[in-house]
Amino acid sequence: MCLAIPMKVTAVQGDPDDFTTNQVATVDADGISREVRLDIVDYWPSVGDYVIIHAGFAIHSLVEEEALKNISLLQELADNTPEELLS
Amino acid sequence: MKHLDEYRDSSLALPLVEELKRTVTKPLTIMEVCGSHTMAIFRNGLRSILPGGMKLVSGPGCPVCVTSASHMDAFIAMADIPGVRVTIFGDLFRVPGSKGSLAEASSRGAKVDIVYSPMDALDIAKNNPHELIVFLGVGFETTTPGIAATLLAAKNQKVTNFCVFSTQKTMPAPMEALLNDPSLKIDGLLCPGHVSTIIGAGAWEPMAKKYNLACVVAGFETADLLKALILLSRQVNSGDIKVENMYPRAVSWEANQRATRMVEKIFEPVDMDWRGLGSIPQSGLKIRDAYREFDAEVRLEISLPEAKEPKGCLCGEILKGKMTPNECPLFDSRCTPANPIGPCMVSSEGTCAAYHKYGRDE
Repeated sequence: MCLAIPMKVTAVQGDPDDFTTNQVATVDADGISREVRLDIVDYWPSVGDYVIIHAGFAIHSLVEEEALKNISLLQELADNTPEELLS
Repeated sequence: MKHLDEYRDSSLALPLVEELKRTVTKPLTIMEVCGSHTMAIFRNGLRSILPGGMKLVSGPGCPVCVTSASHMDAFIAMADIPGVRVTIFGDLFRVPGSKGSLAEASSRGAKVDIVYSPMDALDIAKNNPHELIVFLGVGFETTTPGIAATLLAAKNQKVTNFCVFSTQKTMPAPMEALLNDPSLKIDGLLCPGHVSTIIGAGAWEPMAKKYNLACVVAGFETADLLKALILLSRQVNSGDIKVENMYPRAVSWEANQRATRMVEKIFEPVDMDWRGLGSIPQSGLKIRDAYREFDAEVRLEISLPEAKEPKGCLCGEILKGKMTPNECPLFDSRCTPANPIGPCMVSSEGTCAAYHKYGRDE
């Protein structure tokens, strides 16, 4: 039930400090576009950022470099020499 | 999908599998707390490649599975009230209470709508002003902030025919209850990914310290899970027990402040009944008095009926990580996904459903 997926922000509306405004982002993943709520996102995203979405709400935002950095961290671990890390 | 496929790449996974095999040098029991992790582990076939010494047990992190039978009965009783339409996440539809399920209520004429988001339930309320729309709040920290935001939107938009029945639960509390049980021996926790997006990876630190428990927050792709298992094993090997965040693309060390403030505005802690675990102090959330016009329990004067667990069902022990579905006499005989008896077989993230679909021989 707690699954959530990342999507790229293509437009942002609303005022982050005013919950009576329509706090909504338009997001895109693989060509599918939809609107998600920004009421509870940790950091207000800009166009081009990514947001992680759960049940119609963005719950986390990250810039593209962060998304890419994660992948290189995994690559690093895969290439790691293990011996010195074993007890 | 961009920034997801990379984590499913076999050229990344294979060296991680080798590394995991090298790292696990002694028997090691890890609890995966989150139901989405349980499913991801099975779906990716990780159980079949685990090193011999490593055992994975499932925890109480499938929200539908830990919803008590008496709450299910109350949900069904509400759906049967004329003029009420209940809105739910799809997982809940077929979960049995002590007298049938919402699916059965629906087939006899009760109004039950499955929604993707609580905001969709609010839209249904706006489009159906002559009905009372009740959203059945089931879930953990990931789901609660969205429900809180929906409730605030209902108040701001003066929608008067919308309310929420909160059985929302909070995560670290039941883990403490489990860890205080001396018969459960676990070395580490695979900490939930998106719950931690809200509460922050740092929220697991008191537990790591108090119970000397290796904790790694993990994502849901093959490489994420392998990497987290490697780090858990390394922590146990070295004795350097701590919380590590292996899902930084979705999880920060600190809590999501906007989400937690939203939840605190609308909800307050309350003792909560968990299926299989019983009542756990301050492990649930109720709607604050200031928002009581949106509280279905107040509005419909719901009293929680006493409910009996299905006879012979071992969901309780399975949710505590003490037994596996194969040890349950009902599993895959009287209890199947088509004809479920316990909640762990119904939910797509339930341990029994996962064993049925992917791993009955384990």
